[in-house]
Amino acid sequence: MNLSDIKTIEHDVIVVGAGGAGLRAAIECSMKGLSTGLVCKSLLGKAHTVMAEGGVAAALGNVDDRDHWKVHFRDTMRGGKFLNVWRMAELHAKQAPVRVRELEEWGAVFDRTKSGLINQRNFGGHRYPRLAHVGDRTGLEIIRTLQDHGIHQGIDVYMECTGLDLLKDQDRISGMVAMWRETGQFVIFKTKAVILATGGAGKAWKITSNSWEYTGDGSGMAYEAGAELIDMEFTQFHPTGMVWPPSVRGILVTEGVRGEGGILINNEGKRFMFDNIPERFIAETADTEEEAGKWLAGDKNARRPPELLTRDVVARAIRKEVKEGRGSPHGGVFLDIASRRSAEDIKRKLPSMYHQFKVLAELDITTEPMEVGPTLHYCMGGVKVDADSQMSSVQGLFACGECSGGMHGANRLGGNSLSDLLVFGKLAGDGVSDYINALSGPPSIEEKQALLIVRNATDILNREKGKNPYLFHEDLQEVMQNNVGIVRSKELLKEGLAQLENLRDSVKNVKAEGASQFNPGWHEAIALRNLLITAEATAKSALIREESRGAHTRIDFPDERDEFLDVNVITYKGEDGSMKVKKVNRPESPAELNRIANLSIEELEQEIKTGNI
Amino acid sequence: MKEYQSEVDRGMVVLDVIHRIQTESANDLAVRWNCKAGKCGSCSVEINGKPKLACMTRMNEYNSDEIISIRPMKTFPIVKDLVTDVSWNYEQNKRITPFTPNQERKNRNGDYVMMQEDVDRIQEFRKCIECFLCQDVCHVLRDHDRKDKFIGPRFMIRLAGLDMHPLDIKDRIPKIKEDFGSGMCNITRCCTDVCPENIQITDNGIIPLKERVADRFYDPVIWLWRKLFRKKLA
Repeated sequence: MNLSDIKTIEHDVIVVGAGGAGLRAAIECSMKGLSTGLVCKSLLGKAHTVMAEGGVAAALGNVDDRDHWKVHFRDTMRGGKFLNVWRMAELHAKQAPVRVRELEEWGAVFDRTKSGLINQRNFGGHRYPRLAHVGDRTGLEIIRTLQDHGIHQGIDVYMECTGLDLLKDQDRISGMVAMWRETGQFVIFKTKAVILATGGAGKAWKITSNSWEYTGDGSGMAYEAGAELIDMEFTQFHPTGMVWPPSVRGILVTEGVRGEGGILINNEGKRFMFDNIPERFIAETADTEEEAGKWLAGDKNARRPPELLTRDVVARAIRKEVKEGRGSPHGGVFLDIASRRSAEDIKRKLPSMYHQFKVLAELDITTEPMEVGPTLHYCMGGVKVDADSQMSSVQGLFACGECSGGMHGANRLGGNSLSDLLVFGKLAGDGVSDYINALSGPPSIEEKQALLIVRNATDILNREKGKNPYLFHEDLQEVMQNNVGIVRSKELLKEGLAQLENLRDSVKNVKAEGASQFNPGWHEAIALRNLLITAEATAKSALIREESRGAHTRIDFPDERDEFLDVNVITYKGEDGSMKVKKVNRPESPAELNRIANLSIEELEQEIKTGNI
Repeated sequence: MKEYQSEVDRGMVVLDVIHRIQTESANDLAVRWNCKAGKCGSCSVEINGKPKLACMTRMNEYNSDEIISIRPMKTFPIVKDLVTDVSWNYEQNKRITPFTPNQERKNRNGDYVMMQEDVDRIQEFRKCIECFLCQDVCHVLRDHDRKDKFIGPRFMIRLAGLDMHPLDIKDRIPKIKEDFGSGMCNITRCCTDVCPENIQITDNGIIPLKERVADRFYDPVIWLWRKLFRKKLA
């Protein structure tokens, strides 16, 4: 095969992934006058953003006017156990409100307050009602708004097109080789810059809320192109996934259930979260059911119920209940909204949860409690980027949304993902525009690189025989679930890494049956490389971080350790082709941001109230 | 049609069975899916002749000795197995004049003010997950293949959502009549029957649009006025 046999499409920039981050980035690029291509594995509007339920976090102050970017910033840093990239958390908290308002300009219809403004709801780790929402289908609203606006912005959309690998002209990005899922034909995108917005890698785990698309493509391709990954050990287990029946295990149950007053109980009928309040949050969390009840009734002086502690805390508490024999019949705990809200309220505020349980579990959540347990939901780690431009350590390679890292530190707050997509999608567009304007000449494509990428993909089909890609994937998921799960140890991780090494050797023998036309087995096999890179990076980073912080829990190092607050774990491809991890000292925190994050909530509220801001 | 046998565990949905077949006996069996929770609208197929989402159809709806037939959506060209070419729908969406808000509706802080009761109706339309089952079952598109004349139920409710949006200032009524073919729908409500989001497509979306078209073009008083003065009323 020659390069001339493969179609080449030229753009200034392509965005890979068409969820919230990719769409927002593409809109920005196009608005900046760049010729923009948007490449996505699924049909437009089907990306994982549609699964986001609870809302988008932004300090609009529509429901509680005490809210302010500084409080949102403080909540985000505390939720991230102070490991967030300070500048990213600052930009995010400051810009989220304008990004949310902009969606209304493009046709989004959020739920309203009594005075007709965007309504906001409570969520874990957020001091005030902060999540702009539409019932429990906020993600759908956001992706549809961006889609319906985006299709009129002159963006070329390439649907059902899978990115295989990036192309480089020496140190700079020069494009990407991709494959049309429908025909199995290859295509070369020749570009000056690439924005990765591919989402996470949840499909490396067995129990996950993620769809088939979440195979770590961004991290995998960036790593192979020489980019650094940051803090891959932080993988968020959402505390409430469905646990029954088995075929739906892992499907998300929105945190909005708890935001609307839902409580967690064990099989003894006890609200166990009262026994699981970490020291850092004692001052801001209700310690009696009575106070929690007052908070739900709207008493601004009452403290928040412990069910709304951050996700890492709640997930660990649920695991403990189950492990110590106080779980529900199918290995979860009970989440009860039926006794807290009227049936009518539940159907209005949580319609898709009502529907989901009714159909998939034959359970009526307005009369019975749900059974829930932790499910792998989100990767905090990802491609390391510059906070302002979103450029990675490779020239011309950008990343935004879940596939980038640093913004959420050791644990992400619910609702901060949708705002992250919007804020950093936009900034990535700005960053690309600046980068391209400063570019001296267009990069060129090297034939050898492109042909090698194509051959790697076709080898999977052409092999005489080999391992079934679906079964290979199940083996990988088994390793990650058992050895790199909610609770980790040196022993488990080392064993897991040894198994991953075996898998890495045998992936070369995976064989996809059938032809190249719309062949899910082949697509599955192609994704395995990226899944393996992400899995190995997560396990290696988890091994090197000898402490428990946020979503990363080590039983052999059960506490936070100060020396690890000063380091990020960086993963990169060594010159010998093997994966390297290293601890890198974090830059010093900006004094003013440090001050805000460490103020007591009373001090900060006072400062904002007196206008001393 | 090809026949497969598969074991079915408790709680499984049709999509689970397709996946099991894929893993065990037909690695390259083509099917679209994403969220597996009825939220993305990717896995639309026809199960025993009924247009449905494979991820929200439980196997225990069928008898254990029953043979279940799963076919791709009939209204769209087949790509392979259960996958159809739905690109026509994406082309239709592009034809619709985008949302254009009235900037004067902003308050002093720059926020748009809309009351919940004024957006309840359009929020119903915005629940649409674009599974295109309504397009699949619509007689105009399915039996008569008049894709050149009628934009289909999915986009009628998108148009209704824009037309009823409290902030939008564009007039799409002439296009709804002429280009998008509101008159083609004969209100059989088949689209509403198959909507997995239970959107009242016909009663709340298409019929009000038809009424708006009728008010504009067929009201006798307005018709006479036009004849006499050759002028257009608002």
